[in-house]
Amino acid sequence: MENFKHIQTAHCENGVTVNLLQRKGLDFFNEPLAFGIGSGLFYIHIPFLKINKGPAISFRSMPGAIFKRTCKVLDIDVVHKKFRSKEEAECFLNEQVDIGNPVGCQVGVFHLMYFPKAYRFHFNAHNLIVYDRQDDNYLVSDPIMEVTTSVTREELEKVRFAKGPFAPKGHIYYPEKVGDVSDELLRKAIVKGINHNVRDMLYIPSNRTGVRGINYTASQIRKWRAKHGEKKAGLFLGQIVRMQEEIGTGGGGFRFLYAAFLEQAAERLSDDRLIKISEKITQSGDLWRDSALQMAGIYKGRITSQKDFEHSADILNEISALEKEAFKELKSFKLKY
Amino acid sequence: MKKHELPQDKGSLDNFTREVCYVKNKDGKYEKGLSTGWEAKQVALDNAWEEIDRIVAETKQEVLDGKVSPVKYYMELNVMDLPVLAGYTGFFGWQIKRHMKPSVFKKLSDKKLQKYAEAFEVSVDDLTNFKR
Repeated sequence: MENFKHIQTAHCENGVTVNLLQRKGLDFFNEPLAFGIGSGLFYIHIPFLKINKGPAISFRSMPGAIFKRTCKVLDIDVVHKKFRSKEEAECFLNEQVDIGNPVGCQVGVFHLMYFPKAYRFHFNAHNLIVYDRQDDNYLVSDPIMEVTTSVTREELEKVRFAKGPFAPKGHIYYPEKVGDVSDELLRKAIVKGINHNVRDMLYIPSNRTGVRGINYTASQIRKWRAKHGEKKAGLFLGQIVRMQEEIGTGGGGFRFLYAAFLEQAAERLSDDRLIKISEKITQSGDLWRDSALQMAGIYKGRITSQKDFEHSADILNEISALEKEAFKELKSFKLKY
Repeated sequence: MKKHELPQDKGSLDNFTREVCYVKNKDGKYEKGLSTGWEAKQVALDNAWEEIDRIVAETKQEVLDGKVSPVKYYMELNVMDLPVLAGYTGFFGWQIKRHMKPSVFKKLSDKKLQKYAEAFEVSVDDLTNFKR
């Protein structure tokens, strides 16, 4: 395909959403908007699930939610397909790229060979765009990368049919009909996205999610050293930092990305109060980075006393309080569109 | 995070890509910045792999000592856990746990071995003739 424009973003799903919507005429669309309207910000210390016998934590909403919510509030018709048969999945993909329709694909990264080995875990919720094919190769626009790349036919089949939790089952998706997105509709979408995020961060009845979830993690951290020993407890902290800062987050567990969204929201809604909240979320992102540095000191073996674990937990409590305040204020604004 | 604070450390992203982070520019507005990596998270990633390597080596010894079957070794080698391996083989978690016992593993049918071989991308021979 000629003139396919690659767009690099922090997060893969934002990237696919932005790219496909821009292609359908929403030139102004960008990553912070997708993330905010799709209410991507979240915190959950996932119950029952353990990763490497350690904590499973996520700083964002469920995979697939951002694209789905964004398109829903913008009245965009989307096509979603999953497949039992690999042949059908390939056939459908070929039909789309051959008519010049780039599509989003959910893939597992374990068999994604252009990823560095160190990043190839069994993570099945990565997203990329397939925009063309040549001989036995598919041309791929992976939003986390600076440039486009390609994969072989076998490789693409393998990653589209990766197995385990969140198995993609050949999941393919794209916006079909994008109507006229007026300023009014966009403002409505922004307000809806914010309200949804207020709900997610403050009012889910569970102590493992939102601002209370952050405190839950803090309380766990205080126990880890006595319970698991320095080394293991350090590995657990490393796991938190990886979830928080790994490629795809935009830094500070998505907080900077959300602050960027609020900055745009302030402009679109002509509401300066949102700038203040954006600054608070920035401050929170900075605190997340500080906590990562503190935790890194521990898993590097530089500082390993209980006091150092307590200090990490203290920072998380501070973050929780700050984010609670920010989202309470957002709620009190009773934003109108 | 301000633009000039964005870390540019070496790490696993080298020769792959720089990553997008959102940073504040001089005017206090957000913009995209590109980072080559951050040491704090690189160490976390390195530690995670060291731990994986340690577990793989430990499991290898357990197989050689006849304590567990090669299924466990290849599962660890492929950074899998029970749900992932269950997904690739079609077995239930409890079945896989049984297959990790050397006595049960010895009696596995070729068909079942073949499923493991495919999941681990090795030959059946690699599974049954476990070597040092």
